[in-house]
Amino acid sequence: MVTVPLSRLEPGQTGRICAPEPGESIPLRLRDLGFVPGTLLLLRRRSPLGDPVELELRGYRICLRTEQLAAVRVELEPSSK
Amino acid sequence: MTAAPAAVLGSGPTRVALVGSPNTGKTTLFNALTGSSARVGNYPGVTVERREGQLLGSEVRILDLPGTYALHGETPDEQIVTRILSGTLEGERVPDALLVVADATTLRRGLGLVREALDLGLPTIVVVTMIDEVKARGGKLDIMKLSRLLGVHVLGVVGHRGVGLEPLRGFLRDPASWPRPRALPRAADAEARFAWADQICREVGADRLEPDTRTDWIDRVLLHPVAGIAVFAAVMILLFQSIFAWAVPAMDAIDATFGELGVVSRAVLPAGWITDLWADGILAGVGSVLIFLPQILILFTFLHLLQDVGYMSRAAFVVDRVMGWVGLQGRSFVPLLSCYACAVPGMMAARTVASPRERLATILVSPFMTCSARLPVYTLLIAAFVPAERVLGPLGLQGLVMLGLYLLGAATAFGSAALLNRTLLRGTVSVFYMELPPYRMPTWRLLLRQVWGSARAFLKRAGTIILAASVILWMLLNFPTPEPNPAFSPAEQTRANVEASFAGRLGHAIEPAIAPLGFDWKIGVGLIASLAAREVIVATLAQIYASGEADDYTSLRQALVSDVDPRTGKHVFSLATALSLLVFFVFALQCTSTIVVMARETGSWRWPALAFGYMLALAWIGSFLTYHAARALL
Repeated sequence: MVTVPLSRLEPGQTGRICAPEPGESIPLRLRDLGFVPGTLLLLRRRSPLGDPVELELRGYRICLRTEQLAAVRVELEPSSK
Repeated sequence: MTAAPAAVLGSGPTRVALVGSPNTGKTTLFNALTGSSARVGNYPGVTVERREGQLLGSEVRILDLPGTYALHGETPDEQIVTRILSGTLEGERVPDALLVVADATTLRRGLGLVREALDLGLPTIVVVTMIDEVKARGGKLDIMKLSRLLGVHVLGVVGHRGVGLEPLRGFLRDPASWPRPRALPRAADAEARFAWADQICREVGADRLEPDTRTDWIDRVLLHPVAGIAVFAAVMILLFQSIFAWAVPAMDAIDATFGELGVVSRAVLPAGWITDLWADGILAGVGSVLIFLPQILILFTFLHLLQDVGYMSRAAFVVDRVMGWVGLQGRSFVPLLSCYACAVPGMMAARTVASPRERLATILVSPFMTCSARLPVYTLLIAAFVPAERVLGPLGLQGLVMLGLYLLGAATAFGSAALLNRTLLRGTVSVFYMELPPYRMPTWRLLLRQVWGSARAFLKRAGTIILAASVILWMLLNFPTPEPNPAFSPAEQTRANVEASFAGRLGHAIEPAIAPLGFDWKIGVGLIASLAAREVIVATLAQIYASGEADDYTSLRQALVSDVDPRTGKHVFSLATALSLLVFFVFALQCTSTIVVMARETGSWRWPALAFGYMLALAWIGSFLTYHAARALL
């Protein structure tokens, strides 16, 4: 089982959000947007200029800057490329 | 009809509040329910729009709360929602009932907010929008079961087609009869709310939808690393072209109409200062307000269209990285581009920048972009003083100077954004996030209503002050009037009148301050007059130089070139003075409309005051350096 910061996910890869390490937390705004542990998400693409990235989770799509993704750890799904 | 009084205590008409996230079709629903009765205002002290309307054929009022992702929000919009629902916003009563709007295709996110709303315990109905898209994507949403699980009425609608609205209207006529939600198992944080939402979605079948292949397909082109940038550039060029060129015929027509009205008034009314005030002050003032309308209408049609079909957020996604370098964000791009036509619609377009910090930065640097009102000033001075030499192949020196002025403006805008980011706005970190909604067909009626709403807001809120400012400036330029001198020709008399006016005296008064920039009192009067609008300096200089017609560039140009200072016997206007004045116009906030709209859009006179001071300081320093460098080098 591999866990990586969300910022390290490659386009086309799927990950499942992990519970944060003790002493860390997922920012409130991201949690309100549905970034809670157990949620499956797909990194769809990077912007043509490399940043931000487009993510799909909970049936909707959202873009975030890579620097904001470091606070979220995901477990890589085996099915992803 | 006016908006509801600000302080409503205790009883009053029954009021239902619409709660929902952005992109859920909440505004479409609000418009469908309230028709044209909606009134737009502002919440006190903030720039958050307050929309309230009356349910058609009923006394019930509907309050469209700003879109929010949570009820403990961080942005000013979201805090308004939180405060209204908790009863802590002065002048706002807690609504009698809630209409919670959620997009049927994204219930696994939307139910998080629904849950927070249910926990408030107010009588509630949940409206699930876009149920047609669920069907189109092979899904099956069991609305009866959802209603049972939530413990409140749930209605499925397709807002823009009116599907399902009749039963909803029936319920809305009598909110007192709605059940209050029953207490649900405790869900104190987002984790618990989404766990609950996932459970519900599994039971009602909201989690089984086929991918939106149409959106996937369009995105493969529009967000393609190469094609995506090409499409972005094409759309922006089209938008630029539309506000720059397509608005011109309408603007010329408005200009001509008000010019004609002035001529007719003078012919009909007796000569005198009241007629002058009417023709040159009031009519011209109304014209100077209406002249913005074509650009505002075209720009906002574009903006709302791009927003409604879903491209706006894609464009922002493409360009975000570049804007991020100076602390702006992708959505700042379109407003700043619009400022090349005019900063007034540009600053209004900054409403599409969701985060307040970036929105403020966008508005504050807007006046640096080279607006079309600077063009007549640039054209006149360049044509008069910059030699028409060729420098690089087909490139002429005049064209290069013009290009340089445009680049200087844009570079200063971006530099100032970076500076703001490191000074005044430092530490106010805002998380950047932006939904990429599915592509959808626009609803034309909604589009027209939104465009008209923007135009009306401009006319009402900014137009009145701009008109007042024009009249005041007219008075400064026309009073007091000296005794007519029979020896003067009409043109000489005009010149004498200007010199004797308050503006003329002001011009003399500020001469010591502007002399280091190479300007004399005549340019000083022009600078004061140009506060009405930058291009007014051309007409004012024409009056002072008594060159006759304001539009007669050739004679004005010659008058400028041959003007001699009576004390020194030297030419007033040299190339150095002209370059200095050009640089002054690049930097200075010489535009009352911009100042007024900036105050309106930021909700305070503090920001335009700051911008005015900052830009004036830059203008003075820039002109000083230019003047002395040019004198030393040329």
